Amino acid sequence: MQFMLLFSRQGKLRLQKWYVPLSDKEKKKITRELVQTVLARKPKMCSFLEWRDLKIVYKRYASLYFCCAIEDQDNELITLEIIHRYVELLDKYFGSVCELDIIFNFEKAYFILDEFLLGGEVQETSKKNVLKAIEQADLLQEVSKWYFSCLSNSMLCSG
Amino acid sequence: MPAVSKGDGMRGLAVFISDIRNCKSKEAEIKRINKELANIRSKFKGDKALDGYSKKKYVCKLLFIFLLGHDIDFGHMEAVNLLSSNRYTEKQIGYLFISVLVNSNSELIRLINNAIKNDLASRNPTFMGLALHCIANVGSREMAEAFAGEIPKILVAGDTMDSVKQSAALCLLRLYRTSPDFVPMGDWTSRVVHLLNDQHLGVVTAATSLITTLAQKNPEEFKTSVSLAVSRLSRIVTSASTDLQDYTYYFVPAPWLSVKLLRLLQCYPPPEDAAVRGRLTECLETILNKAQEPPKSKKVQHSNAKNAVLFEAISLIIHHDSEPNLLVRACNQLGQFLQHRETNLRYLALESMCTLASSEFSHEAVKTHIETVINALKTERDVSVRQRAVDLLYAMCDRSNAQQIVAEMLNYLETADYSIREEIVLKVAILAEKYAVDYTWYVDTILNLIRIAGDYVSEEVWYRVIQIVINRDDVQGYAAKTVFEALQAPACHENLVKVGGYILGEFGNLIAGDPRSSPLIQFNLLHSKFHLCSVPTRALLLSTYIKFVNLFPEIKTTIQDVLRSDSQLKNADVELQQRAVEYLRLSTIASTDILATVLEEMPPFPERESSILAKLKKKKGPGTVTDLEEIKKERNSDVNGGTESTPVNASTVSTPSPSADLLGLGAAPLTSSAPPPSSTGSLLVDVFSDSASVVAPLAPGSEDNFARFVCKNNGVLFENQLLQIGLKSEFRQNLGRMFIFYGNKTSTQFLNFTPTLICSDELQSSLNLQTKPVDPTVDGGAQVQQVVNIECISDFMEAPILNIQFRYGGTFQNISVKLPITLNKFFQPTEMASQDFFQRWKQLSNPQQEMQNIFKAKHPMDTEITKAKIIGFGSALLEEVDPNPANFVGAGIIHTKTTQIGCLLRLEPNLQAQMYRLTLRTSKETVSQRLCELLSEQF
Repeated sequence: MQFMLLFSRQGKLRLQKWYVPLSDKEKKKITRELVQTVLARKPKMCSFLEWRDLKIVYKRYASLYFCCAIEDQDNELITLEIIHRYVELLDKYFGSVCELDIIFNFEKAYFILDEFLLGGEVQETSKKNVLKAIEQADLLQEVSKWYFSCLSNSMLCSG
Repeated sequence: MPAVSKGDGMRGLAVFISDIRNCKSKEAEIKRINKELANIRSKFKGDKALDGYSKKKYVCKLLFIFLLGHDIDFGHMEAVNLLSSNRYTEKQIGYLFISVLVNSNSELIRLINNAIKNDLASRNPTFMGLALHCIANVGSREMAEAFAGEIPKILVAGDTMDSVKQSAALCLLRLYRTSPDFVPMGDWTSRVVHLLNDQHLGVVTAATSLITTLAQKNPEEFKTSVSLAVSRLSRIVTSASTDLQDYTYYFVPAPWLSVKLLRLLQCYPPPEDAAVRGRLTECLETILNKAQEPPKSKKVQHSNAKNAVLFEAISLIIHHDSEPNLLVRACNQLGQFLQHRETNLRYLALESMCTLASSEFSHEAVKTHIETVINALKTERDVSVRQRAVDLLYAMCDRSNAQQIVAEMLNYLETADYSIREEIVLKVAILAEKYAVDYTWYVDTILNLIRIAGDYVSEEVWYRVIQIVINRDDVQGYAAKTVFEALQAPACHENLVKVGGYILGEFGNLIAGDPRSSPLIQFNLLHSKFHLCSVPTRALLLSTYIKFVNLFPEIKTTIQDVLRSDSQLKNADVELQQRAVEYLRLSTIASTDILATVLEEMPPFPERESSILAKLKKKKGPGTVTDLEEIKKERNSDVNGGTESTPVNASTVSTPSPSADLLGLGAAPLTSSAPPPSSTGSLLVDVFSDSASVVAPLAPGSEDNFARFVCKNNGVLFENQLLQIGLKSEFRQNLGRMFIFYGNKTSTQFLNFTPTLICSDELQSSLNLQTKPVDPTVDGGAQVQQVVNIECISDFMEAPILNIQFRYGGTFQNISVKLPITLNKFFQPTEMASQDFFQRWKQLSNPQQEMQNIFKAKHPMDTEITKAKIIGFGSALLEEVDPNPANFVGAGIIHTKTTQIGCLLRLEPNLQAQMYRLTLRTSKETVSQRLCELLSEQF
């Protein structure tokens, strides 16, 4: 996988993870272009598209779009399930995750992603093992988490 | 922003994020951010030392601001400080900041690497994990240099925790991708391969990715992974859905790992070991069988995961391309998906079938789905799916279904999405040409293309149709008639006007007999489009008009009137004005004969790879435009040796001689002495060049090609699979100029392209050649031109050698041909009466002045052709001079810088014996000899 982007229906970028070295300028250009392309697509269309020399795999969960860029040889369907597993992980961690959880706890979203994917490859597919790693880390925290789920009105359904 | 006290999470951060979200405008947001940046800056610069918590909070705010899309140019040092904190959360935020805002400051990198080194050595698995994540996320060369040696040790150490092993494996993979040179292969590799047997499936998953990446570059080193991967895969696919516990995903056992293992196996050919091979075949069959079982869950995740494995298995089957049974089963499975209600599956089935179409085992099976695919083209609502259908139709096309597929593609083109029209046009053009049995069909197809999607028809496409029509005389009349009819449409595309103009200009005469397409009607039809066209098209039409002057003398005055009109003669565009002026002048002063010669029908184009194919390849990237035949060709090329490869140590002398370079002369003389190296002249070259240039022996056919140029100045001198060399030259008295065109016929660049002119010492003293070096890179499909200025100093016997050296792909190419600069090129024809001729003939009766040759005719003895050749040779052809009307006599003067030599020639054919007697008389023995030699070869 070359990169993963999370953005809202309004086109606001919520998370970006790059597994190939690119300049900030290139990253912004790619993001702009892809957000536009994906948002322009209709609901029932297929989840894959060719873009430059990459394949884009995307899926919408409630108000958020999850979008991955993979290489020619990579498997589209398994990438779709990478997205789903990540959503499940977020959901389990935050408890019915919503966009606001990801906005206010963006650093956690990155930490969970790092446990699941590393260097663009799946590191650990077991939900239990990933969450165990994150929870262990949480135990090390001296301060308790501050939940914002109460503010949310657009709940993400985990699909 | 009120000061925030400790102990309530990063409340300050949450407040800040809320503030940003409440901003009503972009300006307000920027204002709020600037305020925050000022605040953070003052905290960082303040006298009071910040505690870890505050540092963490501010660094996190900076990160948030950066991720919003704003630039951050400070805070790195504070983040680095966090790395050495003993509190996990502070360290974690520090690492996150470093990973996202990668910095190239070397002092900073040193500090970061130090912190990472400490954490890696800490033996605390959570700290080690953070450090490894950071390396994997940054993946810079500096990090590779610092840690690529250390990580393999962590990976294979017996006491490393599983989670750390997983991170280490993928961390190493990332470093190998960016800096393979820093990752040394060694003992660890065999131990990594054995991780495929690890009990922990998470470790196996991470290790498989690493092994796949390493095996692609070092297949030998990781060969043992094949059997391990097969047995692991076998255990997974035969396991019950609950066996693997948390690694079962929606009733599918370890789908991610299965996909990765199947991917790893695609780095290798089918296993040699029969047992392993059998086991793998069993696995693949099991996967295919499972596709037929009823689903264990209605959730889309279940079917996605199951089919992800299935598609990867099919990729492996196609990659092996050795089990006809599996290939056909795969094809049938994909055929089912073609009609699946899930758009995603239809898309993937079309995509996967494209590769299957190129296997000779399954090509026929793929073809049976043609109706479904055509239907997809018509009914799919998603353009990306329709695009896949077009690709598949293209891939499954062969002679048996070409007409149907081309018709369907043309049909679809009428409504196709604008974004894919150009590609469809290219594909139709290629298929129509490739599978044309009947060229009228080809012409119809291309004209249809222009009619339906004229805007998307690139130059390559319409150039190509003209090339083909010119080269195939059986289709010329039909083409003329068809373009004439197509031009009748009130609004036709400019590309049609171009094709129509060109074809009628060449072949309009073939339909002029029909009163409905008489010369005048043809002309009026074209001219009615003239004013609507762009400048290049109008220029082309003007050339058509002058060609009409030659084809149809009866409308000459009409055309002259048009050329003479102010809108042409005084046109603001220089090109149009020049053409109008020149064509008008040409039509006025030239005799019918001259017009006929100047405006002769275009000679056939040399056969070459279609430039359209090159364009499509460029558009889609190499490898995507393969078809069955190309793949077969690739397979055979190993056996046949492909292109000749010569060791590359001959990195070749650059063209101008080094001494000339030092003097800084613009056009350095290009002549260098030819080998053998015993001649003193070549020594200089040897001294200055890195290695001696090895000049290839003359290319086969070079002599024949050379002879063809004795009586003409333009044409193709040399052509092979890669390179075409064309010539165009003009001579006047003792001077000449030759344009050499080097055409790259491939779609790959030629590198170090170095043409060199080689004259022997003797030739150098009588012939002076000057040229400039050409650009050393010649792009695929491109043509470069080289001009050679020629001066004949005294008469000469030999011809210069043109040596071309370049690199194509991995091979070094070295080609030599004889360059047709011959003595007769400096001929000036002389007209004289019969009496004068014989008087001079007698004056040159000295035996050294005469040269005679009696030879057998090599070509049919045609009077007109013979006349043309004598004129082409350069001498005047004197009519009614010889008492025997069957004989030919000629006269002319050879111009050299030092002297002029009068030449007389007489050619006596003997039809019965199929022989000729050629006699040359000149004032110089060597000239008589050389001219006789050259001309004898022509008949």
